[in-house]
Amino acid sequence: MRRGDHAAASRALSLVIDEDPLAEVLAKDFFKSSGTVQKLGVSGPPGAGKSTLTGRLIGDFRSLKLKVGILAVDPSSSISGGAFLGDRLRIMEHATDPGVFIRSLASRGMIGGLTHTIFGAIHVLEALGCDKIIVETVGTGQDEVDIASVVDTVLYVTTPAMGDEIQAMKAGAMEIGDVFVVNKADLAGKDKAVSDLKGALGLGQSAGQALKAWEPPVVATSALTGEGVAELAKTLESHWTHLQNSPEGRVRLKNQHATELRFWVHRHVVKNALDRVNDALLEALVARKTDPASAGRRLLSR
Amino acid sequence: MDKPFRILIAKPGLDGHDRGAKVIVRALRDAGFEVIYTGIRQTPEMIATAAMQEDVDAVGLSLLSGAHLTLFPAICKELKKKGLKNILVLGGGIIPDEDVSVLKKAGIDRVFGPGTPLSSIVDYLKEKLPAR
Repeated sequence: MRRGDHAAASRALSLVIDEDPLAEVLAKDFFKSSGTVQKLGVSGPPGAGKSTLTGRLIGDFRSLKLKVGILAVDPSSSISGGAFLGDRLRIMEHATDPGVFIRSLASRGMIGGLTHTIFGAIHVLEALGCDKIIVETVGTGQDEVDIASVVDTVLYVTTPAMGDEIQAMKAGAMEIGDVFVVNKADLAGKDKAVSDLKGALGLGQSAGQALKAWEPPVVATSALTGEGVAELAKTLESHWTHLQNSPEGRVRLKNQHATELRFWVHRHVVKNALDRVNDALLEALVARKTDPASAGRRLLSR
Repeated sequence: MDKPFRILIAKPGLDGHDRGAKVIVRALRDAGFEVIYTGIRQTPEMIATAAMQEDVDAVGLSLLSGAHLTLFPAICKELKKKGLKNILVLGGGIIPDEDVSVLKKAGIDRVFGPGTPLSSIVDYLKEKLPAR
């Protein structure tokens, strides 16, 4: 796989996403070489054009002969457990380019726009030798911010129809963008959307906040026509340069490791405990023979 | 939780009619499969590359144009070239009965024609995939 074998990477990814015990053995090796290339996160509401824009960015990276790995997450059904993973079809123009590796991932029960195994999947692509890794989240609402502690640079993608300055002032997803993109710039309202975003982002220093070394820029793009994509790619590169030349790069990496650890503990402690919740326990709760806190302590102590 | 099986649904060749493929995608999603759809007008190489990168358990090909005798075997060949010998390959669409045996020889495991109940496809996959 370290020689760039896509089929081997694909098998390794399956072990990771299926949480095969072998994956943990591989991960020990993969982790050693991780954290050296830029990981980009593409987030934003459903239908903002995240996948199509990702396709455009791949084209830009490929013109620089960079190898690109893409992890595209779509939601799993909470009802059937199945999923329709529809991001790949928007990137099909790069389907047979040997410098591009695309994998679709289902969220498999995780809320927050990602999947539990996202870090393991990223480490596989790092070991494969990708120069840029793009993680595309599930289409998000206002509150999905996990991506910010998974990748180095978050692109938050909106459209001219996203709402006014008040929307952009809200806490949550709007706080985590390193670069804001007004996509679908071919539609009416682009200039107003860009200025609303800039207005909200430029409301100044809040009390107690450190001086920002990086002011998130706003870039208008049209994934349809390609307008603005070159400027966006340049902006993403300058953020990466900023991270490498400031203490923030290390802060981010530590934050990523903290999150990876959090996901691991969730899978191995929390999930194991919750998997032991059975009908007998629920019956005991209904009959008031026990209470949630006592039952919870018993689940964790076992 | 059992790991969900992953299926690639693909539309090869110059055939833009993908309502049927979308019905299959939806039915498989609702039956608990993780389904990746390539979109229309795919070459055999594009489909095989997608199957390899997504590490799918099965590929479903939908074709209504009449070119199945050319395209389906070409796709089976590309899959083998990529070392994907263990993938279940299904065909669907407008495929005359007399062509089915030719396709089976070329590596298509099963052909589902018009009017096939969705449950037959789901049951077939649920029966065949765990053994592979």
